[in-house]
Amino acid sequence: MAVITYLEAIRSAMQEEMQQDDNVFVLGEDVGKGGVLNTTKGLRDMFGEDRVLDTPLAESAIVGVAIGSAMYGMKPIAEIQFADFIFPATNQIISEAAKIRYRSNNDWSCPIVIRAPYGATGASALYHSQCPESVFFGTPGLKIVAPSNPYDAKGLLKAAIRDADPVLYFEHKKCYLALSADVPEQDYIVPIGKADVKRQGTDITVIAYGIAVHYALIAAEELAKEGISAHVLDLRTLQPLDKEAILEATAKTGKVLIVHEDNKTGGVGAEVSAIIAEELLFELDAPIARLCGPDVPAVGNNPPMEKFFLLSPDKLKEAMRKLAMF
Amino acid sequence: MSIGQLFKHRSLGISDEDAVRMYTVMNMATKYDERGLMLQRAGKVPFHIGGSGQYAGQVAMAFAMQPKKDYFLPYYRDFAFVLSIGMTVKDLMLSLFCKAEDVSSGGRQMPGHFGDKRYNIVTGSSPVTTQVPHAVGIALAAKMKKQDFATFVSFGEGSSNQGDFHEGCNFAGVHKLPVIFVCENNQYAISVPLHKQVSGKIADRAIGYGFPGYQVDGSDALEVFRIMKEARERAIQGEGPTLIEMISYRLMPHSTSDDDMLYRTKEEVEANRQKDGVVKFKEYLMECGLWSEEQDRELQDRQKQEINEATKYADLAPYPKPEDTLLHVYAEGEGV
Repeated sequence: MAVITYLEAIRSAMQEEMQQDDNVFVLGEDVGKGGVLNTTKGLRDMFGEDRVLDTPLAESAIVGVAIGSAMYGMKPIAEIQFADFIFPATNQIISEAAKIRYRSNNDWSCPIVIRAPYGATGASALYHSQCPESVFFGTPGLKIVAPSNPYDAKGLLKAAIRDADPVLYFEHKKCYLALSADVPEQDYIVPIGKADVKRQGTDITVIAYGIAVHYALIAAEELAKEGISAHVLDLRTLQPLDKEAILEATAKTGKVLIVHEDNKTGGVGAEVSAIIAEELLFELDAPIARLCGPDVPAVGNNPPMEKFFLLSPDKLKEAMRKLAMF
Repeated sequence: MSIGQLFKHRSLGISDEDAVRMYTVMNMATKYDERGLMLQRAGKVPFHIGGSGQYAGQVAMAFAMQPKKDYFLPYYRDFAFVLSIGMTVKDLMLSLFCKAEDVSSGGRQMPGHFGDKRYNIVTGSSPVTTQVPHAVGIALAAKMKKQDFATFVSFGEGSSNQGDFHEGCNFAGVHKLPVIFVCENNQYAISVPLHKQVSGKIADRAIGYGFPGYQVDGSDALEVFRIMKEARERAIQGEGPTLIEMISYRLMPHSTSDDDMLYRTKEEVEANRQKDGVVKFKEYLMECGLWSEEQDRELQDRQKQEINEATKYADLAPYPKPEDTLLHVYAEGEGV
């Protein structure tokens, strides 16, 4: 075991998969020198500039070229520098990657990974902070993962690279250096489609993903001192959702709070809420609650607006306490 | 025609037999269009889209490529192209009738959305030009894996305005990839004429991406073949991409959902019908003494028969099972 950061977990997953399989390669803007966020740092020295490929600045081509190479048999990892810039590639992701297997009646497939650093880190403003997962969520044919800690980050990225279908890998930028953990040195994967109970509890259930899981765990520890026991489920995979785990975690306490940084309206939490309402309405002891980013375009660049917009352990604590008291 | 121009096909490396075969494919594609239109008008199939007016050039391009070795990303009018590299008129009919046996999509997509892994025909969608970056990606894989194949991708002149055209050309130019971009300029993007689509010459855009661009008369099959063959050789020798703008005229409406008489005249269409490369190629073969009216009548009868059989087969073939709707969203089976 070694203690590594979330960022190092992502890098080591790429490194190990590239060592194991010659078909795996990374492409994107600036990836050669390591990327502006350092995730691919050192990989060009190890694997050469053909396998850590600097591309022209053109997101639709980054994804479209990755799709073509995948249909030939390669295993591309396409990096979108910031998730905010994924939109020029949306047609390639939704109209193409997601439908290639289906539209060809299983003749062709598209095993690509698209890494998209997302979420607000402070002072990054409207266009370096967005959570675009809801744009892709609900597109059959895509898989979407969003790990909340270094262990899951490494295991889910390895699973994504080995997956036969396109996977969107949302890595929260605030997790990069803030989160460290013991991660096994031997090969492992975290299966796509499986949520994970990050904390056992009996009074309320928090369902979250990404950095919000981390905040939920901090808040849960503090609330434990007040006698409130929180159960925390980390979705880990957004598409397909682990319905069984969602229902199990709900049934455990009968009180659910869904938390994510993405806007509330049309977000992943809306679907989680609908699943619970469809299947477990009569086991609920309180209305389903959601704590999400407000329905504004994105976070402002000044501290007061950021504080207002962003989730925090304190905001979660308050929402969790309110639910427990219901 | 001078003696030098006669037997031009031989000087290009096309055997007499292949020259005749090229004509038979052009002719078959034209017949497919006639039948497709008739079937749609009779209410037997929901939709037909064709490429008549472009078939001579398409066949020439395909014959300059290497089937089962090169990779092909044809666009939705490339019926003669896919027939040249391995698909059959039965395959096309099964797609037209949306039947389970349709090799391209199992009856899921509209006709013209080709895909057949056996022949390296890469699955396509309806949003235009998305296939251009895919072709570049396959060419990138060829370079990374040191394979000596070329990738062919075609699209219309309307598509040459899409970002994916520019992004794909730029990427391929930067990395000198073995890909041939073919713009089949048929003068209309649905109802919008060329002068409202582009103000310059599409072939000239290649200069800006650092590789050669050529404009070629699509009714001159042998010239199209020559340019395409050179482009392929350049690709294989590591000299990078080529852009070919093939000038042609779309003789049919955009599709069976389009009334082309709202934006052009019968006279214009008829004048262009006389200039169709299929007619010109037949005349060339006859001048070379490789073809006769009698042989042509036999061919027409034989191909009519073949089309009839394919139509009947596809009409009677079963649809997919309704519950198969749920299949192949993701990989299925063990280890997934």
